[in-house]
Amino acid sequence: MTHALADDPRGLARSHPSHGPLLEVRDLSVEYLLEQAVINAVDHVSLDVGAGEFLAIVGESGCGKSTLLFAIARLLYPPAAITGGSVTFQGRNLVGLTETDLSAVRWKDMSVVMQSAMNALNPVLSVAAQFRDAMRAHGVTSKQEIDKRSAEVLRMVGIDPVHLKSYPHQLSGGMRQRAMIAMAMLFTPELIIMDEPTSALDVVAQRSLMAQIKELQRTLGFAVIFVTHDMSLVSHFSDRLMVMYAGQVSEVGRTRQVFDAPKHPYTVGLMDAFPSIRGPRVPLMGIPGSPPDLARPPEGCRFAPRCPKVMPRCETSLPPLYQVEGVGVRCFLYDDGGAR
Amino acid sequence: MTELSTQPGPGPQAQDDSEPLLRVERLSRHFKIGNALSRATLHAVDDANFSVYERQIVAVAGESGSGKSTVARVLAKIYKPTSGEVYFQGKPLSAIKSRRDRLRYSGQVPMVFQDPFSSINPVFRVSHGVMRALKLHRPELTKEQREAEAVRVFDVVGLNPGAEVLQRYPHELSGGQRQRVGFAQALAMRPKLILADEPVSMLDVSIRIGLLNVMAKLRDTEGVSILYITHDLASARYVTDRLIIMYAGHIVETGPVEGVLSTPRHPYTELLLAAAPDPRAPLNVSSEADVGEPPRVIDPTPGCRFRWRCPLAIDECHRITPPLRELLPGHGVACHVAQAGAETGAFR
Repeated sequence: MTHALADDPRGLARSHPSHGPLLEVRDLSVEYLLEQAVINAVDHVSLDVGAGEFLAIVGESGCGKSTLLFAIARLLYPPAAITGGSVTFQGRNLVGLTETDLSAVRWKDMSVVMQSAMNALNPVLSVAAQFRDAMRAHGVTSKQEIDKRSAEVLRMVGIDPVHLKSYPHQLSGGMRQRAMIAMAMLFTPELIIMDEPTSALDVVAQRSLMAQIKELQRTLGFAVIFVTHDMSLVSHFSDRLMVMYAGQVSEVGRTRQVFDAPKHPYTVGLMDAFPSIRGPRVPLMGIPGSPPDLARPPEGCRFAPRCPKVMPRCETSLPPLYQVEGVGVRCFLYDDGGAR
Repeated sequence: MTELSTQPGPGPQAQDDSEPLLRVERLSRHFKIGNALSRATLHAVDDANFSVYERQIVAVAGESGSGKSTVARVLAKIYKPTSGEVYFQGKPLSAIKSRRDRLRYSGQVPMVFQDPFSSINPVFRVSHGVMRALKLHRPELTKEQREAEAVRVFDVVGLNPGAEVLQRYPHELSGGQRQRVGFAQALAMRPKLILADEPVSMLDVSIRIGLLNVMAKLRDTEGVSILYITHDLASARYVTDRLIIMYAGHIVETGPVEGVLSTPRHPYTELLLAAAPDPRAPLNVSSEADVGEPPRVIDPTPGCRFRWRCPLAIDECHRITPPLRELLPGHGVACHVAQAGAETGAFR
């Protein structure tokens, strides 16, 4: 197998046409099959990611956002299992693929950056050795090519290639996270999935890493799914924003639109939970209560018990995802097209 | 929850002549690192001076490694200072030696930890910790009084109904509720000053505000002061009266929170402000040039510790450590450039 790794940084010669979404998730459900209960962590989630698009998924801990990512990357292990739906990536349904088939896709076409780089990197191998492993696994055997590409991706994330010889503990937290991102870009994949890659970093490092991810995404043209609990972090970086609550999509739309005019009461609550650093100093409320126990979710809308605008019907039936001005919103307030 | 006052509490200017609740003088804390062959000293905190007055929330903000948690641990008497002294109600901490005095101090200055999942004993009902604190620190109370007080403190921190929540086990509570238990335990001891080390950073955003409101309520209705250790300037601005910015073990800027954040004088404070994500404000592109990280301060030579990242660094910054000097009333800055600017009457 020959590779034109460095010669095609923009991915212009990709095999599939760029029209149609790169990733199509339909009605994906994931359950944790525990002895005492079945926990419906992801409930009929559908989403599309176009080529080169930056999708942010935000939600509180336990809302199923990480489980959803793991399901898309087929990284779930028991007791979690995909119990329905499909994940179509580059025209292939990943659900049902064998591990052998999957390993051909991983790193090459789709890669994952985990939350904690300290745990994701092997502490007893140098950065170069870990890069080499990934490249050899995908058939790149030329030492020269491996060295060249390793240095290249490190430079892309702003790390001096001398650090190829370094071990993970010799790098700072920000550098480790950058090295992980560099590794994810070894094959210039079509899609990079990131699970809170900046949450362990300080504000300044966080900001510069976000800017760098965005810059790389713009120049190399890969798509990103970025999961975070911190909505303000992605406000300036993502194209589209999906808000999850209790395993379901509660609002999804263009990032600017969701920020400027949040529709779902949960999104409104999240927006009001951030104290501003520059605006007026006003008392804020946050959202009272806590998310439901997914072993026994509420019968109707899952946000109903915490919702300031709850109506009688919310407690008995689950609202569908209404389309309002191009934004999907799961709330009965928009039953009539958003007249209220 | 309307009881939140976002008005700053009485500032030090109102109490200039009164003794502060807590006074930290030239505090340094160093750690020996390395082995027999390569000995070195890590300067976690160097020459820190600040005060906390009654009914005041003071935030200590900075990146990890800035020394902010070390300050809290010295105040909690977990670490002894390498040099310098801390005065609580006018008395030096180094004079607290006997078991009785130590117990008294830890009741007056309790700590609330970052991780609500590991800081509460999971095998006991949450009443256990509160009742134990009451028994230990307020032995004058009868059993009935202790029970009534436990319910009261739970209600104060928003764990209603207190009598019922007291009977739960930690695993039955959410992270936000557990952190409230932490504050309730601290409050049960009738503290003067609560040391809160990143109390909300592990909680979900929708829950954080509730905890910050609890902190404001403790100040406003219970008269407790809080030293709030955080890396989140927006949350510091929301509840605190005074702000202390630390960088690599030095206090680089301190003052009334609004003053520091609206007219930052230290370039590091400006950098932190620019990096804080604010969905309501347009993206600040200039912040993205800086990819540096704070240094670990090992056997430092004199000079400003921010000089390698500082866009304004001058010769002096490489030779002389800038002292913290008051440039505006109550607003101190440790920066040669800002101090020179203030002397000539023109800020940069």
